[in-house]
Amino acid sequence: MAVIDETQAGLLHQTGEGAQELRPRSELTAKELLREVGAVLRMSEAEAAKYAAGTGDNEYHDDQTMIINMGPQHPSTHGVLRLMLELQGETVLRCKPIIGYLHTGMEKTGETLTYMQGGTNVTRMDYVSPLNNELVFSLAVEKLLGIDGDIPERAVWMRMLLSELNRMSSHLLFMATNGMDLGAVSMMLYGWREREEVLRFFQKVTGLRMNHNFIRPGGLAADLPAGWRDDVLAILDMLPPRLAEYDVLMTGQPIWRDRLQGVGVITAQEAMALGTTGPILRSTGLAWDLRRDMPYLRYDEVEFDVIVGTYGDCFDRFAIRLNEIRESMKIVRQILDRMPSGDYRIQNKKVTPPPRARIDESMEALIHHFKIFTEGFKVPEGEVYVAIESPRGEIGCYIASDGSSKPYRMHVRAPSFVNIQTLPHMMRNCLVADAVAIISSVDPVLGEVDR
Amino acid sequence: MSNTPAPEAAADTSPSAEPAPTLHGHPLTDSFGQPVVHVARTSYIALIKQLANDGYVMAIDLCGVDYLTHPGRTLPEGFVPERFEVVVNLLDIEHRRRLRVRVQIPADDATCPTLFDLHPGTEAMEREAYDMFGISFTNHPDPTRILMPEDWDGHPLRKDYEVGVIPVQFSADYVQNAPRAEETSAWQ
Repeated sequence: MAVIDETQAGLLHQTGEGAQELRPRSELTAKELLREVGAVLRMSEAEAAKYAAGTGDNEYHDDQTMIINMGPQHPSTHGVLRLMLELQGETVLRCKPIIGYLHTGMEKTGETLTYMQGGTNVTRMDYVSPLNNELVFSLAVEKLLGIDGDIPERAVWMRMLLSELNRMSSHLLFMATNGMDLGAVSMMLYGWREREEVLRFFQKVTGLRMNHNFIRPGGLAADLPAGWRDDVLAILDMLPPRLAEYDVLMTGQPIWRDRLQGVGVITAQEAMALGTTGPILRSTGLAWDLRRDMPYLRYDEVEFDVIVGTYGDCFDRFAIRLNEIRESMKIVRQILDRMPSGDYRIQNKKVTPPPRARIDESMEALIHHFKIFTEGFKVPEGEVYVAIESPRGEIGCYIASDGSSKPYRMHVRAPSFVNIQTLPHMMRNCLVADAVAIISSVDPVLGEVDR
Repeated sequence: MSNTPAPEAAADTSPSAEPAPTLHGHPLTDSFGQPVVHVARTSYIALIKQLANDGYVMAIDLCGVDYLTHPGRTLPEGFVPERFEVVVNLLDIEHRRRLRVRVQIPADDATCPTLFDLHPGTEAMEREAYDMFGISFTNHPDPTRILMPEDWDGHPLRKDYEVGVIPVQFSADYVQNAPRAEETSAWQ
């Protein structure tokens, strides 16, 4: 019987229905162990061979170590991230993130929604920066439609304004959760307080605090409301003293620095190999920001700095995000100066629903309205991948169209999903308390990880 | 091999006037201004390796597509449209360019070599492609499901995967197939 069991186990392994969990070392094959200790990234072939033979320096016996479960309901796992940690005392030897607890099949749902409705779906993925999700989806659809060059200037600048404000609100939330995870509980209140001011503006503009569905293929849902400029200026005036307060509270504090500096170090090479983008990649000193390097919208016409770190540790990632808020404020000020007048959406009757007043007087407008809202607009056959810089890194949207009014396949390259792969590498040989700091510094949004 | 044109330059040439552009001997097409290279499954790894040497150092995205209900898509000469496709988006940080690689995966042998040894960051994405489409990646170090529970049946993003439907009440269809009292009692 044992033989049959073995073949079954082998089959199980081949078909990939094996367990997702971290297993004790005695049950692991050399290959699995090598993957879990990051052999591809950080070992020479000789070292890896030594490891595979079981004579590596770090070889532990099962009864010396303990595998514990962290999450999915742990308060510092940002939602439903579950980590399995192999510990020796307080030291993390191996770590495996187990995800999928928030999987709701959004890519499948995306195939049943028209391009018009798609925004309501993608906006719920990274719920901390919904406008960036809508933006990347809209840009991909516009590219397929071939209208990406015809979007009115005002719509483009409005999109930039919202995207930057969203970056600020997302990083402010990071300030809050990062502080909370490390025991600076008052920081949590401050971060949420400032973010709320930005969300209040979003509510005024879009009607909702989150999940706006405001940026749509062809432009935006509505124009900016009266008095928007004063509201944005109020945010810009409110923030600098508050950010200075953050500096006093965190950046300069010896306790804060001790908790973060030198913790969770990752090199540029490792980060690139793991496909990491955003603040994690920039913390290694590699200045890669799609806004500057592959500009979309009008980012090539505004002045801003790409913030980079030096050591690739948690403190760099914290400092980068703090300073990116300042850079975003710089961009928002320039947008205020340059916001053109004009239309907020493309006047293409096949893509944009006609204004309500037109429906009463024009039969054609009524037909267009009816067509767009019942079957949606048709999008030419083909496939595109469009990527923008979200607060967490590169968010990409791959759409394959079969020429109908619904995406044949809609895939979102979620930055958090990829970035979470750095956790095992950054956590290796750190303390459990630092593991919390590392999760926090990756800033994953589980809605986007699991989609 | 070393004298291949940059993908942007190659994508600009019109296919009718000149011979079809290639990259490392594989046909290069243009999709809405984005360069796409098509490659056979057998030379997939070799091509990604060559591209990594060309500067495409990051595998930024990998996903599967199931073309079951949309078979008639245009592919370059010599490529038979298969049911599945693996799409890899590569990024060249130095030259600031992107390239997409498309691999045809037949339905009766839905396997694909893994990129893990070259780009370890594709690990989670390949697991996702397996989970959602049932494309297994040979030599993948951890070929388990990632988003669905490990005892889940089927691969949800396949086009023939049955999606659960909540019955719509008060429709003509509903009246005909109205559940009997003993069936509905379970809900109360």
